[in-house]
Amino acid sequence: MNRKSDKPIKITEVCLRDGSHVMGHQYTEEQVRKVTRVLDDAGMHYIEVSHGDGLGGSTIQYGRSLVDEMKLIEAAVEECKQAKVAVLLLPGIGTVHDLKQARELGAGLVRVATHVTEADVSAQHISKAREMGMETLGFLMMSHMAPVEKLVEQAKLMESYGAQAVYVTDSAGALLPDQVRERVSALRNSLDIEIGFHGHNNLSVAVANTLVAIEEGASRIDGSIRCLGAGAGNTQTEVLLAVLARMGIDVGIDLYKMMDAAENIIGPLLPRPQEINKGSLVLGFAGVYSSFLLHTERASKRFGIDPRDILIELGKRNVVGGQEDMILDVAAELARVQKMGV
Amino acid sequence: MSKIKAAIIGSGNIGTDLMYKLERSEVIELTTIIGIDPESDGLKRAKDRGYHVLVNGIQGLVENPDLADIVFDATSAKTHVRHAKILKELGKLAIDLTPAARGPFVSPAVNLGANLDAANINMITCGGQATIPIVHAVNRVADVSYAEIVATISSKSAGPGTRANIDEFTITTRRGIEEVGGADQGKAIIILNPADPPILMRDTVYCEVKNMDKEAIRRSIFDMVETVQQYVPGYRLKQEPLFDENRVTAFIEVEGAGDYFPKYAGNLDIMTAAATRVAEDFAREILKQNAVVIATSEE
Repeated sequence: MNRKSDKPIKITEVCLRDGSHVMGHQYTEEQVRKVTRVLDDAGMHYIEVSHGDGLGGSTIQYGRSLVDEMKLIEAAVEECKQAKVAVLLLPGIGTVHDLKQARELGAGLVRVATHVTEADVSAQHISKAREMGMETLGFLMMSHMAPVEKLVEQAKLMESYGAQAVYVTDSAGALLPDQVRERVSALRNSLDIEIGFHGHNNLSVAVANTLVAIEEGASRIDGSIRCLGAGAGNTQTEVLLAVLARMGIDVGIDLYKMMDAAENIIGPLLPRPQEINKGSLVLGFAGVYSSFLLHTERASKRFGIDPRDILIELGKRNVVGGQEDMILDVAAELARVQKMGV
Repeated sequence: MSKIKAAIIGSGNIGTDLMYKLERSEVIELTTIIGIDPESDGLKRAKDRGYHVLVNGIQGLVENPDLADIVFDATSAKTHVRHAKILKELGKLAIDLTPAARGPFVSPAVNLGANLDAANINMITCGGQATIPIVHAVNRVADVSYAEIVATISSKSAGPGTRANIDEFTITTRRGIEEVGGADQGKAIIILNPADPPILMRDTVYCEVKNMDKEAIRRSIFDMVETVQQYVPGYRLKQEPLFDENRVTAFIEVEGAGDYFPKYAGNLDIMTAAATRVAEDFAREILKQNAVVIATSEE
């Protein structure tokens, strides 16, 4: 591969954060320790630990955590010999106070996430994170929802607040390889900081998208081992590592150890196989936030509505990340309309 | 009927929308708009409508203290901290639309009566004004142990102040849910949605209760919606409250009156409408006391 960046590729494993959605936010401390241990031993660069919706996400809206995320962060920090623990923060859900607490427990990196058009709500959090000495990256979620120029404008805002990298975050798993190329390339031409890519595999192109992103100059890459992330999961970490190895790119993570961890540790954790079912496929197809999947399946059962109809309607209404309350609302509305026979 | 004089400090979006609302009041006589930028749209409109326009900030009021008994502050939290002191020295009632939180938190539908002796009233946040009445409505019949609110507003209606201080919004709203709404514990989430055309403000209120009584809760919520509608006509339940075990979920939508803001900006409208309602209740109280004083002196 002819990479357009000479920066080393840094991988962030998100199964303990994005995978929290799949686990219904029921991770135990022991599970987090075990997973962190094997990832750290394999040489993983960063391990993200937080509620699926970031710090402070343990709510009725998103699902309550079984164990306080601060406890999980602390446990992960204790288990890491070389990896850095990362956290996610969505302004509007978590606050700088939550971040400070995570920092004090040893979190070394934060991704501050906003909807792709709303970067200016992150100024406060990015600058505070830098002041606290954290590696601070911006996360522009639902990147498929804005035109490329808008994405560039918003990424530049994050850069101006002090972000050390900005991610193209394909929260819905809706981007196609050419769209990823266009976006990463535009950011590379406009930013001085690193570029990242976070994908979801809802359309089965997460690895392909990630390769394109790396080719175009992205050097911060997210993956979830065994696809343990929302929807159909993220770019499958161990698969990506194998593909990169075949392309002659060594990122310093032990492929066999990752395969073993996927098989022996992560596999048994999964409540169900992380395959692309009709729900996750529609997420990517309709461009809906991946963590909506399980909430939608529950609402579908409650109101007797096809989950696809709910997701398509949510997509039509331009619902953004965090609006889980719209799922019940839309499902109830669809049920009412169906009852009326309209 | 005689009226109580009022002034607005701050000629931005909130101050200007407030101007239109106060024009319709039967007990408030808006006399003055105070700003710092003579070229601002707000001050131009104020001038066109015949108000005193002062461009030297609160100093203008210090020099002309008779212009108002009630002063609305629609500047910023930082500025209000300074203003609060000056207004107190001048003996003016301050109605604070910033998150400065110098005075007690007030939601007109919940606790206005208990605060008619305060000299400084804080209007909490837009999300607080939209959701605290519902938390209170549930709490008064079912005892709320935990309340969580999600306020979704259109990106277009979120000004630079809100955006730069989003933590203040979530923290202040949480406090309001607990202190005014009555929940043992609160949590607030704010989401900006950039859809175009802009969405109306929508709020979801989740309450976990100690004494579940569906019918009483339902009735209490409907009564409360009517109470809020008296000062925010576009405030409504989107659908029937949902019940699951010890939890009740209410979906609210707030359509603005379309004064200075477009109708979608229900989040801004509910702040100015609530502030107007607070001022009117104070004005009525002052007028009542004045009437007593006059009656006594005539004896």
